Amino acid sequence: MKAFRHSVAVSVLLVLAGCTTQGDVQSPVPVEDRVGAQAGAAQPGAEVGSGAETRGVTVGGEFEGDPINAPAGSPLAQRVIYFDYDSNEIRPEFHEVLRAHGAYLASNPQVRVSVEGHTDERGSPSYNLALGERRADAVKKVLVLNGAGTDQVETVSYGEEKPASLGSSEDAWAQNRRAELSYQR
Amino acid sequence: MTKTRNLLSLALLGLAVALQPARAAINIDITQGAEAAIPVAVVPFVLEGGGTPPPEDVAGIITNDLRRSGKFEPLPTSDMLSRPSRFDDVQFQQWKALGVDAMVVGAVEQLPSGEYQVRFELLDTYKTSRILGKYYRVPATALRALAHNIADQIHEALTGQPGAFSSQIVFVQQVGTPPKRSFQLVLADADGHGQQVILTSPQPLMAPSWSPDRRQIAYVSFENRRQEVFVQSLSTGERRVVAKFRGLNNAPVWSPDGRRLALTLSKDGNPDIYVLDLDTGALRAITQHWSIDTEPSWSPDGRTIYFTSDRGGKAQIYRVSANGGQAERVTFEGNYNAHPVVSPDGRWLAMVHRGDNGDQIAVMDLQTKQLRTLTRGPLDESPSFAPNSAMLIYTANSGGASRLATVSVFGRADLPVGLIRNPVREAAWSPR
Repeated sequence: MKAFRHSVAVSVLLVLAGCTTQGDVQSPVPVEDRVGAQAGAAQPGAEVGSGAETRGVTVGGEFEGDPINAPAGSPLAQRVIYFDYDSNEIRPEFHEVLRAHGAYLASNPQVRVSVEGHTDERGSPSYNLALGERRADAVKKVLVLNGAGTDQVETVSYGEEKPASLGSSEDAWAQNRRAELSYQR
Repeated sequence: MTKTRNLLSLALLGLAVALQPARAAINIDITQGAEAAIPVAVVPFVLEGGGTPPPEDVAGIITNDLRRSGKFEPLPTSDMLSRPSRFDDVQFQQWKALGVDAMVVGAVEQLPSGEYQVRFELLDTYKTSRILGKYYRVPATALRALAHNIADQIHEALTGQPGAFSSQIVFVQQVGTPPKRSFQLVLADADGHGQQVILTSPQPLMAPSWSPDRRQIAYVSFENRRQEVFVQSLSTGERRVVAKFRGLNNAPVWSPDGRRLALTLSKDGNPDIYVLDLDTGALRAITQHWSIDTEPSWSPDGRTIYFTSDRGGKAQIYRVSANGGQAERVTFEGNYNAHPVVSPDGRWLAMVHRGDNGDQIAVMDLQTKQLRTLTRGPLDESPSFAPNSAMLIYTANSGGASRLATVSVFGRADLPVGLIRNPVREAAWSPR
């Protein structure tokens, strides 16, 4: 169990390495030959140590237990940050929430959180993927400013591919322009 | 060896440049001819002999193909006064009176071997002459492909431009609803028939792209809860990861020579365009800007890459040398233009254009810079050109439903692609 923790931590560090070592020359291309032989259907889920397989983004909402025992209504219980159209600015009403999460991560350095960025369906899917990444990055920045370690926070963008609310109304769009915090165990 | 190849390709480029002005002049004529659809009649093929009727309606497939191209207006069968099956039986006066410029007649007969013999003739009603006439002998399973092939021949004979009806598409569809939703990559004929699922994943799939030789598909998969770019062989199903950097790994598109992928990576903090050499793994940054740079598309000569960037504040389309360097802005109309796609003939630039009715597919004539909106909106996206540069496939969203449709570059024949029952994300039309 302990060894598993370590391997997760190390791989997360590796994944985030580019963040802290900007300007370094990165090794050219991580073409994974071992994946080359993997034919046929997609492998659901990730290998141990990929740093991505825990609770995260299960399509099915098969949520596992909550690592933080936050009482309902407290800032820590709030895991979704909403954004204005075409914006990655953190709205004032979410400052308190992110402050609480940042402080929690600071005092629990073994805890990891994944921030998923999402957009509404308007605009081009690939462009939206980049917008979703901006939102996830903005949340990460505020968490780090509030004490979280950069290696505790992983970001991933799903763009418009995983709407929280189906439909094409203003309401649905507002629900979908979001970043979700997923604590990993 | 490489040197010789380079010299050869340089010589070919020189030739292409030299031919450019002449070709452009011809193109203008074709454009004007194509703006009005040609009235045609495809007479239902007669069943000859006593065999089993064919499992496919050959004339019906030809009719649908011609209609979908936007260049033809097929006469409804209910308006036909007779149903000839050969040149000698046609009363041309009758068809001229119906305003038909050209007509297709033919017959199908089952042979003792079980195969089908298909005969067709393409006739000019005004000259009362035969333009094309052929016999084929095919198994029942090949009748659809034959019908598309005949439609291609008719298209070329009447417009001077090859048809695109024998091509294929790949698209991403969603099956089921959360929590049981899955994503599939599907290969199909351009008219939606003959679907084969080539990949199923519980996580999103995005941005499929064909290799120029039609043998491989590049795409983005989230199966490992992050973005990774895969290249998959269509014949064997084998695949490999070619990009899995931190952050975005998205929007892969094959270079015209098939040896490189342009793609979007954000490994250094924000999204930029890169070119990945598929043989050596060498990676080259084409843009380096603090803005979002994404959705690359190659010009057919491989020298220029068009892309989306918000470096001016809003998403607009830019272009840059495929070796990198200074980028130049291409679109100025409207405050959102994204997902540029250059047509295979290099004449058009398709895009998602935010117009009066939301997100609509538009094309820009790269010579005159004129922009034409083709679709109704309000949530149209992901344009992809047919191999003959005359049509586009795109995704139209409305009320949470999304479907594929095709439209001609002149905005004619905006028609849904049939037989697709699941919500569709993005599609890519195959090369020839």
